[in-house]
Amino acid sequence: MQLKIHYYALMREQAGRSEETLDTSAATPADLYGELLARYGFTLTREQLKVAVNSEFSDWSRRLAAGDAVVFIPPVAGG
Amino acid sequence: MRFRFTQIAIDPAQARRELLDPGAGGYVSFEGWVRDHNEGQEVTRLEYEAFQELAVKEGERIVAEALRRFPVKHALCIHRVGTLGLSDMAVWVGVSSAHRGEAFDACRFIIDEVKHRVPIWKKEHYRSGDSGWVNCERCAAAPNHAHEHGHDREHQGEADALAIHK
Repeated sequence: MQLKIHYYALMREQAGRSEETLDTSAATPADLYGELLARYGFTLTREQLKVAVNSEFSDWSRRLAAGDAVVFIPPVAGG
Repeated sequence: MRFRFTQIAIDPAQARRELLDPGAGGYVSFEGWVRDHNEGQEVTRLEYEAFQELAVKEGERIVAEALRRFPVKHALCIHRVGTLGLSDMAVWVGVSSAHRGEAFDACRFIIDEVKHRVPIWKKEHYRSGDSGWVNCERCAAAPNHAHEHGHDREHQGEADALAIHK
């Protein structure tokens, strides 16, 4: 299954890219983060993040579908 | 659009015109400015980055909530992205209403919620040459981290983030 991942802020720097298309067997955003954590060595734990699928906040246990766009959201700091 | 981003300087004189209403007796605004220090570090500039597609949705939801909670006329929030220097305006919130009390309350509500909920990040650059993503690097002192600088000097509690524009 192909997914589109976008990276922002600290995670963009740690992944060394702002987006990628990934072939993965990850069924949920939680699975996907586990896979990417192992690949990129992100320093943020899943508990520190929120996740968005197709530009809306999502549950970590949502079933992902081919073509979904996933964004992991580090702790925010607007203002 | 009651929440938006801009890559150029925010113009509060222009923004407040969007709040004018014959039934309004006044308006309250908040401007967030880039401050020259945080957590004992001398800050020289900030970079703001946003997940704009979701940020605009969430920002619009916050302003809509404010309009439901408080009997105000109009509300608007504009957030800057990109590189900002000291004293540059990072965010502007304006609320017009018949009476001042609810305008202050709604303005406070909007800026507080924006800071907590909208996917915007800021990277501080320090005079020392270090830099750090606010709120992201306190727990991120893993030894294999790509950066060499000392992350334990960068911690940013929520209280610090809230105090940044005082």
